[in-house]
Amino acid sequence: MNKTRYNKFRQIREILVKNSMFILTVISLVFALVIGTSLYFKSEPILEKQSIGTLLGGESWKPLKGEFGFYPFIMGTIWVTAISVLLSLPLCLLAAIYLSEYAHPYVKKVVYPMIDVLAGIPPVIYGVWGILVIVPFISEKLAPHFVEFSTGYSILAGGIVLAIMIIPLMISVFIEIFDSLPGGLREASLSLGATNWQTIKKVVLRKSFPGLAAAVVLAISRAFGETIAVLMVCGNVSEVPKSVFDPAYPLPALIANNYGEMMSIPLYDSALMLSALLLFVIILAFNAISRLVLNRIEKNFAL
Amino acid sequence: MIPNILRVEKFIDVSAEKLHVEKDSVDLAKANQILLSNKPHIRVRNLNVHLTKNHILKNVNLDIPDKAITCIIGPSGCGKTTLLKTFNRLLQNSPEVKIDGEVLVDGENVHGKNANIEEIRKKMGLLSQRPCPLPMSIFDNVAYGPRIHGIRRKRTLKLIVEKYLTEVGLWDEVKDRLKSPASRLSIGQQQRLCLARGLAVKPEILLGDEATSALDPISGKKIEELFLKLRDQYSIVLVTHTLRQAKRIADYVIFMYLGEVIEAGPAAEVLNNPKQKLTQEYLSGNFS
Amino acid sequence: MKHRSIKKVEEGIFKGLMIIATLTIVISLFMIVVAIVKRGLPAMSWDMVSKIPSGGFYLGKEGGLLNAIIGSVYIVIGSVTLGLCSSLPIVLYLNLYLSEKSRLAQVTRLSFDVLFGIPSIVYGAFGFTLMVYLGLRSSLLAGILTVTILIIPILIRSIDEVMRRVPKEMKDAALSLGATKSEIIKPMLKQVVPGIITAVLLAVGRGIGDAASVLFTAGYTDSIPTSFSQPVATLPLAIFFQLSSPISEVQDRAYAAALILTFIVLLLSIFARIFSRKFSKNKI
Repeated sequence: MNKTRYNKFRQIREILVKNSMFILTVISLVFALVIGTSLYFKSEPILEKQSIGTLLGGESWKPLKGEFGFYPFIMGTIWVTAISVLLSLPLCLLAAIYLSEYAHPYVKKVVYPMIDVLAGIPPVIYGVWGILVIVPFISEKLAPHFVEFSTGYSILAGGIVLAIMIIPLMISVFIEIFDSLPGGLREASLSLGATNWQTIKKVVLRKSFPGLAAAVVLAISRAFGETIAVLMVCGNVSEVPKSVFDPAYPLPALIANNYGEMMSIPLYDSALMLSALLLFVIILAFNAISRLVLNRIEKNFAL
Repeated sequence: MIPNILRVEKFIDVSAEKLHVEKDSVDLAKANQILLSNKPHIRVRNLNVHLTKNHILKNVNLDIPDKAITCIIGPSGCGKTTLLKTFNRLLQNSPEVKIDGEVLVDGENVHGKNANIEEIRKKMGLLSQRPCPLPMSIFDNVAYGPRIHGIRRKRTLKLIVEKYLTEVGLWDEVKDRLKSPASRLSIGQQQRLCLARGLAVKPEILLGDEATSALDPISGKKIEELFLKLRDQYSIVLVTHTLRQAKRIADYVIFMYLGEVIEAGPAAEVLNNPKQKLTQEYLSGNFS
Repeated sequence: MKHRSIKKVEEGIFKGLMIIATLTIVISLFMIVVAIVKRGLPAMSWDMVSKIPSGGFYLGKEGGLLNAIIGSVYIVIGSVTLGLCSSLPIVLYLNLYLSEKSRLAQVTRLSFDVLFGIPSIVYGAFGFTLMVYLGLRSSLLAGILTVTILIIPILIRSIDEVMRRVPKEMKDAALSLGATKSEIIKPMLKQVVPGIITAVLLAVGRGIGDAASVLFTAGYTDSIPTSFSQPVATLPLAIFFQLSSPISEVQDRAYAAALILTFIVLLLSIFARIFSRKFSKNKI
């Protein structure tokens, strides 16, 4: 009798554990939805007042007058992101090819942990580094060759700092993609008399192009949302930048810098939440697309 | 309860394989009769298994005799392991797997809707290809099963652990380090530990999935000897891909090919006088 | 013949470029660490780690960073505990009850991959709206909750990665003894202890270094909080705020905080390496 009662207890415990885990999993799934909707409700007041077109296209940002033009911030974000990807993409591609196709295992053993460390350094430290090294370098050494005056707090500074920050992400996804290519592919090309480099150019790079593209999209979305580091080195002037030595004011920096006063000016908080919503939606889409592509690649090659 | 006569029969078979031509046909017939008259322990009826789009098991009908060693032989990929896993329902209906038909253990359908899956699994000990000690001490490995089935008293657990470790001949080797992690044992010792762990929940059936193939020959032999020792108390079902092992220890043999049971019967009969052409070819090594 | 040598030269050039690229990346890491150490070391003193700032963190010249150090420790302990409590059941559910190909498992894994990429400022903004909705002000509790949301994807992804590698045979072995699935949770967890430790180290690294999520939610203060409803200082914000002060002694505090944070993060990397020798995709 005792035995059957114990078994009954086990069955009930099993059902309880299973179902509570299931519920938690489902809750976690709707989480993204909750974030999206709550940000949407917060940004609704401003969307009711002004059309999304005038908000995104407007150049004037004067919260006290009720003017909320996001255009300078969007341009700032795009500039900084573009520069960071332009700088880091060639570096990462070359280094990843080297590490996965040429490098001695010993080299990998030394470099991989370093990439890990680079990935683990917090954004604020990159920001400090930017202020200590990059900003003075730009204002004293680089900018005088091109423009009359720059404080150094500029798009270029943000781009360089961000470039270093996204390197770990990009390079490790690149390496993963190269490593997941079936070895037979390379051997087939090599056995036809192609050199190592020809094989990389004609076979490896071509075959892994979708994955590389997905990795770049992933890196773009990382750069897009980075806040503290760019906030510290970009200068934060709400004007549409004209050169890389101009200061800029990317969207995440806008949110972070103004949370203090946003509750005291009408619609200000709504405007800031709208920019958070914009970031969220864009990055969500970018991430989902590239993860799907990467997952598919992993599945096809993983044998 | 295996009739002695069968053992003698097999002894002849193993020690002098060429002699089988002159085998006493009367003895053989008698042996068969006794074996089959044992009430079958597991009965498989119209079992079909689909894995995504592949038809893995095709209309399998089988009787597994009680208290005897049954070997399932056949080339790799023929569905031996799948069949074994349907017995204790480690393979069950899921989006990818579709199972039709019945597996009756003591008359109860393992795949029935109301089957108590834990009770069924408890009835069947499993010995997998590579030994899988759980990440805990030697003592806890053996005590794991009794514990989950509600035995809490330290003294009882100690007795159980000692009994089954002795049963598999491991007690003397490990009695001084029961608290050390099971993963420190050698592979052969681990496999015996897994057997003790399985025996500790008092199963009626032992399932072995190529249980000796990852072991060195001496450890493998020890496991085989254990099977022979245990067959008076348990119905033992072994998937094996070495024909020689089947010849050494099987009472009953099932030959499978591409998901179908081609031939099943007492070991002496199937291994020495196969009726089907496929079986003959497999036994003579024409394919593997 | 000529063709052949051109090809050789091309390969040589590119190989050279590759080595330069790799070196650039490695050197930039050293540059960062050297710059932080060079500026931070002179600012370090025993007072820095043992005293709270006096006269206001932004203007007061005296005192140290104890408020931020303790605050970060509070936030990290709270959020990692909460994070583990909510992510372990999810990972276990994925690996015990769902098959690899089940739709729910695929969607869940994808969604955490995606949530992993959402920037912390968005989590911060979300945490802020939640706070306003609940009528909370910036506090230790709000900070812990936001950082928890931030690190859950990290915990889930990296624990899931190791739990997926637990051999199926081990599960089968326990199941075949008549265990229910919830009864094999314990051996499953034991099997992946090193993986869980690595995941926690990663989460600690991310949680302790992130500024954007605590900016809105944890606030900043000179004192050490004594309850969950008080605001709390954190190391990254100690750097961020004090760096913009016009007073050089205060800036020194920022650089010292940067040094401490870098040191912690490096230490965490080393420990993570010890526990998982693999080059894991979850570190990025």
